[in-house]
Amino acid sequence: MTQPTSSSITLKNRWDHFLVRIGYRRKWHRVSPGLYSLGRPNSESPVFVTANYTLSFDALRSSLKDIDCYILVLDTKGINVWCSAGGELFSTEEVANRVESVSLHKVVSHRTLILPQLSASGVAAHEVKKKSGFKVEYGPIRAKDVPEYLKTHQATQKMRQVRFNPGDRLILVPVEITNTFLPLLITTIIFFIVGGFLLAAGWAATVLAGLVLFPILLPWIPTPNFSTKGFILGGAVALPFALAVIISKPDTALWQKIVWALIYLTAFPSITAFLALNFTGSTTFTSKSGVRREIFAYFPVIACMFGGSILGMVLIIVLRHFGVR
Amino acid sequence: MMKSAYISNTLSYNPDLCNGCGMCSVVCPHRVFVQNERVAQLVRARACMECGACQRNCPTKAITVSSGTGCAYAQMLAALRGKKEACWDIKNNKSCSS
Repeated sequence: MTQPTSSSITLKNRWDHFLVRIGYRRKWHRVSPGLYSLGRPNSESPVFVTANYTLSFDALRSSLKDIDCYILVLDTKGINVWCSAGGELFSTEEVANRVESVSLHKVVSHRTLILPQLSASGVAAHEVKKKSGFKVEYGPIRAKDVPEYLKTHQATQKMRQVRFNPGDRLILVPVEITNTFLPLLITTIIFFIVGGFLLAAGWAATVLAGLVLFPILLPWIPTPNFSTKGFILGGAVALPFALAVIISKPDTALWQKIVWALIYLTAFPSITAFLALNFTGSTTFTSKSGVRREIFAYFPVIACMFGGSILGMVLIIVLRHFGVR
Repeated sequence: MMKSAYISNTLSYNPDLCNGCGMCSVVCPHRVFVQNERVAQLVRARACMECGACQRNCPTKAITVSSGTGCAYAQMLAALRGKKEACWDIKNNKSCSS
């Protein structure tokens, strides 16, 4: 039983995409798994396979304007193609079982499935053939290249290579901010109460630099590792605040100003480095073993810097409480 | 300071086992393999991100790689929970990329 769909993106779809991009209820942006017909397909029409994530499904169907075809939607729990393949939801078994459950062999006369290239980390093409009788053809990485691919069923090198350009990085920023907004707000208020405006402003600026500036500036910040890039960016953001703390507060002793400046210069870069390290998962090129090496090399440094600066902050506040100026 | 953490990886390729099907060069998103007339050639080993697509689609097991997610958040979370890392967390409504 096929369900009809179209290649047009409605206002409702665009609203859904907006909600996805800001990270609102990410697991609810799902399409029902099953077989969809687009246009007026017949038994010779191509069959595309995709994830049941609205962005994946909509990207595919909107790129198939004027192409009569079938779209086989797998149950990937509302996760995109690449991530679900990595987590073995977009898998050999799921493809074979879904082909069986929709009785695809009765719908089409050919025995070819076109899968997105990035699903290959979860699907073994030769195993799908054995299990379902359908040959797997890996299409291009991006859905927009599918019409060009269909002309020859050959993808160019450009179509086969994943990218991570400024637009790809920038689109990740809103969801990063949404995920961090509440903890950022709470910690900024706490720092305002504890250390005043400069500390709170410096903290908020540093976290926002880690969330917004880091993805944008990623290729241009020197050093090869994410953590060290984060230290550099965090240091650059922390420096004006550290200088401001020395220049301001005329009633505070110099040694206290220097301690505060040191606290800024250790706490702020460590949090940027942590956010930078966490950004590894959003990129298209970091390896498991490389990230592991980074965690082991830099996480202890990040933890010591942050822990030490918090300890310093507590000490200076306690001393102030006892009248030491 | 540590040199690049990404300078090496777990990818290993045995050309003697290759049957020349070309699947590795098709599925790799970083053009690590290219297909010549007879067998695949490992040309950009350092670019490998250990996604495991080549290994999974190699019918002769000529390629091995310890695949997984290159996400610090997922790895740290997995270490805390004592589970295998995944680049999505359905229970907590989190996913790293779109």
